[in-house]
Amino acid sequence: MSEPIIHIEHLSRSFGTVKALDDLSLEVPAGVVFGFLGPNGAGKTTTIHLLLGLLSPTQGQARVLGFDTCTQAAAIRAHSGALLEFAGLYERMSGEDNLDLYGRIYQMPAPARQARIKELLTHLDLWERRRDQVGTWSRGMKQKLAVARALFHHPSLIFLDEPTAGFDPIAAASLRNDLASLVAREGVTVFLTTHNLTEAEKLCAQVAVIRQGKLMTVGAPDELRARTGGQEAEIVGRGFTEQMLASLRERPEVAHADLHNSHLLIQLRGESEMGPLVRLLVLAGAEVEEVRRGKASLEDVFLTLMEEEST
Amino acid sequence: MSDLLTMMWKESKDLLFQRRWSAWILPVLLVGILGVYLPLQAGLQWLELSPIEIIVILWIPFFVIITFIGDAIAGERERHTLETLLASRISDRAILLGKLIVTVGYAWGMALVGLLLGLVLVNLFRGHGNWAFYHPFDVFLEALALSLLCCVLGASAGVLISLRSATVRQAQLILSVGTLVLIFGGILALQALPANFVSSLSYSQFLLLMIAAIAVLDAILLGLSLVSFQRSRLILS
Repeated sequence: MSEPIIHIEHLSRSFGTVKALDDLSLEVPAGVVFGFLGPNGAGKTTTIHLLLGLLSPTQGQARVLGFDTCTQAAAIRAHSGALLEFAGLYERMSGEDNLDLYGRIYQMPAPARQARIKELLTHLDLWERRRDQVGTWSRGMKQKLAVARALFHHPSLIFLDEPTAGFDPIAAASLRNDLASLVAREGVTVFLTTHNLTEAEKLCAQVAVIRQGKLMTVGAPDELRARTGGQEAEIVGRGFTEQMLASLRERPEVAHADLHNSHLLIQLRGESEMGPLVRLLVLAGAEVEEVRRGKASLEDVFLTLMEEEST
Repeated sequence: MSDLLTMMWKESKDLLFQRRWSAWILPVLLVGILGVYLPLQAGLQWLELSPIEIIVILWIPFFVIITFIGDAIAGERERHTLETLLASRISDRAILLGKLIVTVGYAWGMALVGLLLGLVLVNLFRGHGNWAFYHPFDVFLEALALSLLCCVLGASAGVLISLRSATVRQAQLILSVGTLVLIFGGILALQALPANFVSSLSYSQFLLLMIAAIAVLDAILLGLSLVSFQRSRLILS
């Protein structure tokens, strides 16, 4: 098996009394899109800052691309690309000048820079606007340019910190498609932080879930579904009461149960049978019209993990 | 060296050579005052480098510096472009020195262009046929050196203030107040010197004394700027 591209051992970082990252150990294999999921303030951005060597850990260590984050941070930054929380584009400069700047920073020769600008801007449908000041571009176009900038110097690893945060669903989907096609074409490893679970589900081969600085789980989305339960059911009918809900929640095979507009949504642990649960409802006086079973989404897994942690 | 040149290219593109006509208002106005209006008003006397003229030569580039340096440092942080730059391979020193060299070069260059334009216009329109130059020549050289040192002083003080300011506006406000403190502090320092010592100095020697004092201040502030401008501190701020 090949060396992991990111290797983290017991990494912690505190800001005063606040522990932003708490004993994180993780390995990211090469060539995948790795999703780092967590709610706001979970420690995702701090992790990226630590992996880029912009911050020093309070405890623990990490190696990125084989380089130590404390002693060889410059080498990590030289071989990786980053799109941080903000696009960080120079709005008074043109799109091509923004890319040219980063080509110069990474010491690419002028002909290679020009060819790369044309290649990336054409691929992202931004070529016609290349000479316009970036300040006049739409938000989606700016974010695409920022992705192109992170990939410009052919890095083997890129860090993307919530690239679609604050976008409307159409713009987010468009950016996601561009991102997926670029990543596949370039063969780059991506460390993607997000709290958008649809995004993680569509893009990531592996995900880790973090909360309050602590790693909660890691694996492929399918593995996580299986590990956290993975099955969900929807029961349509009438006469569901709070008492029935309470009885359902007491059952060992039920991870989560809720009522939405006369639809009873149940999340199951493992491959549980539905029959005993339906019988319980009918005996308690409910009228069951339909029972549907399905696979839990990553969002269900995430919510279950968050719920388990808070209880 | 190539990193420094890259940062200088970026600064000149971002700050000075934008594709907007409004970017040219300030340089045209200031060069117009220093290189056209004042020389044509003063005539040949303009070439004699009176104390008032020296103050103008020092003040105009210093004014440009305190206008631009806040934008170059606090502005980058406010617009979130600094964080991305820090996540790249470029060194802290190249980022800082690139900003300082371009800002100082721009401001001081404006003073040089103004002086050169003034020289040509005075000789063309107010001269008596013979081509005259700024004199005394040693005072001219001292004025140029003093002007450059004042630019470095404004730039390095601007870096230190901008690093501690949340916004460009706050940085510019503190820099304006700091300039007033510097001027009045300088006057008080001069008054504190023994009167017979000051009166014994020639005009040229007095300028040399100023050069020495500002050079020491420059070295201290520049050193502090280099120490303060570090990734690990900037990312936390």
